[in-house]
Parts: sequence; C-alpha cells; structure tokens
Amino acid sequence: MHLPMAIECRGISKCYPHFQLRDVDLSFDQGTVMGLVGPNGAGKSTILRIVMGLIGPESGSVKVLGYSMPDEQIAAKRNIGFVAEDMRLYESETIAFHMDFVRSIFDSWDEDYAGLLLRRFDLNRNQKVKGLSHGQRVKATLLLALARRPSLLVFDEPTTGLDPAVRKEVLDEMMNALEDETRSILFSSHNTLDVEQISDYITFVHGGRVLDSRNKEEFIDGWRRLRLTNVNNAPLPTLPNIKGVQQSGRLWTVVVNDYDDEFPAEFTAAGLEVNTVERLTLEEIFLANVNFAKANAQPELAS
Amino acid sequence: MEFGFAFSQTDGRPLYQQIMEQIKQRIAVGDWPPAAPLPSIRELATGIKVSIITVKRAYLELEREGVIVTQQGRGSRVNDTVDLRTIQRKELLHHLKQAGKLADTLGIPDDELLRLIDQNRD
Repeated sequence: MHLPMAIECRGISKCYPHFQLRDVDLSFDQGTVMGLVGPNGAGKSTILRIVMGLIGPESGSVKVLGYSMPDEQIAAKRNIGFVAEDMRLYESETIAFHMDFVRSIFDSWDEDYAGLLLRRFDLNRNQKVKGLSHGQRVKATLLLALARRPSLLVFDEPTTGLDPAVRKEVLDEMMNALEDETRSILFSSHNTLDVEQISDYITFVHGGRVLDSRNKEEFIDGWRRLRLTNVNNAPLPTLPNIKGVQQSGRLWTVVVNDYDDEFPAEFTAAGLEVNTVERLTLEEIFLANVNFAKANAQPELAS
Repeated sequence: MEFGFAFSQTDGRPLYQQIMEQIKQRIAVGDWPPAAPLPSIRELATGIKVSIITVKRAYLELEREGVIVTQQGRGSRVNDTVDLRTIQRKELLHHLKQAGKLADTLGIPDDELLRLIDQNRD
C-alpha cells in the first residue's frame, strides 16, 4: 500500500500589494516532520494558510494527505489539526468548555489522551481562558488539536514566546504524536534549534521564495566553514560551492556547501593555508543561505 | 519510553554521532548485551525527542561499523559477535588517518606529528 504524501505543493504563487509568494514547492512523506524556517515576513504563515485551504493560491497545486486544496478541504480538515498564533479561545469560558466543543465536532476526539495532556501540560480544565498565561494558552490550543489525533498537525510558530521549560513540553508532545508512524507534522519557527532537533526535513523560506528544501542530515552534513591564512593574497579556487567569504587581512573565512573531503586540498593547491574546518549550526547555515540569496538578488534588481 | 540519553549543544559533534556514542556506551557497559534487540528507530526517536531521520542515520552508521545488525522487518539488535575493542581500535585508526591528512594539509612532518601525539597523551 502506498500512502499519499503528507503535503505536496507545486509551484504555488500568491500576490499581495506588498508581498509575493513565488513558485513555492513543498512536499514530504507521512510519518515525518517538516520544519519551515525563515525570518519574520518570509512567507511561512502564508504557506501554512494555503496548505490549510484558508487562502487559495493564484497558481500551482496543493495536495494535503492526497486531498486537493482548497476544493477538498472539508474532507482533508477532518484529518488535520491546525494551530496558529492568532487563534482565539473564548475568554470567559473554561478549557473544559473548549474540549467539549471540539469533541462535539470531531468524532476522533480521544478523551483519555486529552486527560493525559492536561496533566502533562499542567493545565486545569476548570480554569477560564482569561486567567491563562501565554504559555498556558498555547498549550491549551495544542491540546485541542492533539486530542483529536489528526493524521497531520500544522503548527504556525508553536514555540514562539514560550519559556524554555514550556518549549520543551511542547516539542516533547510533538514528538510523542509521532509514535504513530502515519502521523506527520508541518511547523514553522524562527527558532532554528527547535527545528534542528525534531525535523526530518527542513525548508528555508526567505522573501516569499524557497531557498532550499532537503532532509536535515544533508543540510547539517553539507556545510562547512574553512578558516584560512592567505599570506600572498592568492585568489580562491573557483569552486561553485563557495557560498560566503569574509576577509580580515590575511585571515579568510570561507563557507561552502556540498562539502567534500577533497576541498581543503583545493585551497592548499591555490596557495592558501587551511587552519581549521568547522561544521555549521542550522542557524549559521540558514544565514549563509539568506546572505547568498541577497547577494545574488542584487544584479536582478539592477537590471 | 525513557532512554536517558543526554545531548550536548556545546559538543560540536552532530547529533547522530552523539547518539551513536551513547548506544556504544550502553553496549560497552553491558546494559545492552550482545544479540539484545534495540528499540525501533521510531521508538528511540520519540523517546529521546530527536528527529527520526537522525536516529535512522545513527543506526545506519552503527550497522556499517558492525556494532548492530538490522534485518528487514525484524528491527535491529546488538551484533552478537560485537567486540568493542575491535570497534574502538577501528575508530582510533580512523581518527589517526584524519589526523595524518590534516597534518599533510598543515605541512607537519611525520616525526613532529608523532611528537605531538606523545605530548598530548595525559
């Protein structure tokens, strides 16, 4: 049996007066986690809203769990749990009220799991929403989505504004949801540590475009920083993999992707001394990607 | 399930290597004896809250090193002929090879490299 992909977006575009989403491809298998990384205003939320069928793209196709969006969104949404930052709960009602409300709509509601989540998240079901802290509100909305046990969880910035302890609770519970091997998660974050920890696939979004999208191990493995001494001011070897160069007198720092063990020898042959070769964090990889994209966008703007 | 793995963000090594090391430690001290079944990839990943692809990578590398054996559809187990001394020796040789390569890049001659190794042994 072949499962449809969790999400399959092809060439989606959407124009707003001050923002354009351009030619976005995004896909990943069921049973895995996809993390969207990008600065504020990159287009992450717009992509998630298109995936949810809340916004129709002007071009391109969107399939979620095999359903075409937005046309088949009613069927798809039975199996999707969506949590966004701007979701409101009824201020004067209790958590229990919201649980009953969601249970009355979705027959997949798992009351035992909801009870377990209340304990794990340290929430009181009889507390009114207006008395909840930001962290408790986030946990309450996540509980409402998780206890439905949907096949796909779509979370927009689930860990933003949370203290480290609550952030860990949220990430732990996201990973627990994956014990079922057909369950999938798509989430956005500008916290690269969260994304690095739990994502199987990572997509970098910047300025309404996808800069790069691949599996996390490839990302982390592919990038290196070389610290070089360039005594004779020799030109760098012409490698297409060089994504960034910094110079401070004779000390040069070069960032490369698709790293190969033969690279240091290329620099040595060009007359540069290789002092160290370091791995990059996901954050550094992301910034290198953004800077490279910016540097290469300029000629396009000038023309 | 609780596995009690602890990771370091200041370690500098990628996460899959830290997972490999913690599994080897459990094998070395006998907590995970020869032929014992390992948790499934998904079980370990959700237990230690690390992405599935990273745990998969760790298992693949451990299999390549001969520490564990994976059979399609039956999961992984500790290699029953596992000899940690041999594995650790292989690992040492690998590091020495890397050190040799780096020494070449830096133009450090053999005798100086040997002296450096000697100096840095506690």
